[in-house]
Amino acid sequence: MGGGGDAAVRIGVVVFPDSNSDVDALNALAVAGVEPVRLWHESPDLNGVSAVILPGGFAYGDYLRAGVIARFSPVMRGVSAFAAEGGLVLGICNGFQVLAESRLVPGALLRNRSLRFACKLVDIKPERLDSPFTRAATGKPLHIPIAHGEGCYYADEATLDELEANGQVLFRYVRSDGAPALDPDEPANPNGSLRAIAGVCNAAGNVAGLMPHPERMSETILGSDDGMQLIRSLVISAAERDAARGPAIVGGTR
Amino acid sequence: MSDFRYAVNVLPKPGILDPQGRAVELSLPHLNITTVSRVRVGRRVELTVTADSEAAALALVDGLAKELLSNPLIEAYAIELLEATSSAVSWAAGATQP
Repeated sequence: MGGGGDAAVRIGVVVFPDSNSDVDALNALAVAGVEPVRLWHESPDLNGVSAVILPGGFAYGDYLRAGVIARFSPVMRGVSAFAAEGGLVLGICNGFQVLAESRLVPGALLRNRSLRFACKLVDIKPERLDSPFTRAATGKPLHIPIAHGEGCYYADEATLDELEANGQVLFRYVRSDGAPALDPDEPANPNGSLRAIAGVCNAAGNVAGLMPHPERMSETILGSDDGMQLIRSLVISAAERDAARGPAIVGGTR
Repeated sequence: MSDFRYAVNVLPKPGILDPQGRAVELSLPHLNITTVSRVRVGRRVELTVTADSEAAALALVDGLAKELLSNPLIEAYAIELLEATSSAVSWAAGATQP
């Protein structure tokens, strides 16, 4: 219970072939004091979890386009159904790419403008603090890592305007002074993302994706626990959703 | 049933930044080439469909191109019929592939 979380809350982390940040995500959930549950890609059964994380990595080798093969995996049938009934789904890095290819969040992730794999610390700022994914955030920029080759957020102008109007832009890359890195070629915008978008959510607000890795900054021993602001947000939202649904009927093994 | 061999050519849509195309273009001066522009880099997928008719095969490939082989948000595709062969001749034995 180190994170002040609720041990009755169970949050799933999907493991695809070539997921590599699943262990970090499972650890971050344990740090937050909830029960992490591994969900294997070959089963659509989400095992009754209260929220789902699609972790970073290179699902199915990222062949064809990052995230597209994963879209057609059995577990994504379960995740899509879960999302459709309002379940909370957070895609991180490759998980964001999977959500975008699955059309569960708007837009697409293009090859980085630099053509280089970008692996470094960046600053991102939550655009709103009333979403299920940011409610425990301070509102100050988070200093967290990225590690991706295809993270350049793209949507057409009309869609971008719509996202902004609906409050669906959850995170932007920011400069050291906290201003959004709107120029796709400036260093604080690590991949050329349009309007400096680092993360978005769907219109209903229950499915979100971001390129940076909050789960890799989950403990001060790792350099910072900035990322826990987002993990805790997810945990609180999942617990609230559980409570709203009433006590779960359990067989005594929980 | 017959076999139909197709190529699906996928390219970034006009207006979508294509850093690979740009990188190729920027290398051209090193070859003393100044007359080449608008380089776009895409992907080509070749596949064989077994179907009752060419129309049925094309419909299947078109669906596949939309759903899997391209992302319609960012990419355009074009389908090319490479050749139709009788199902009695295996593709591997055909050996006429360029």
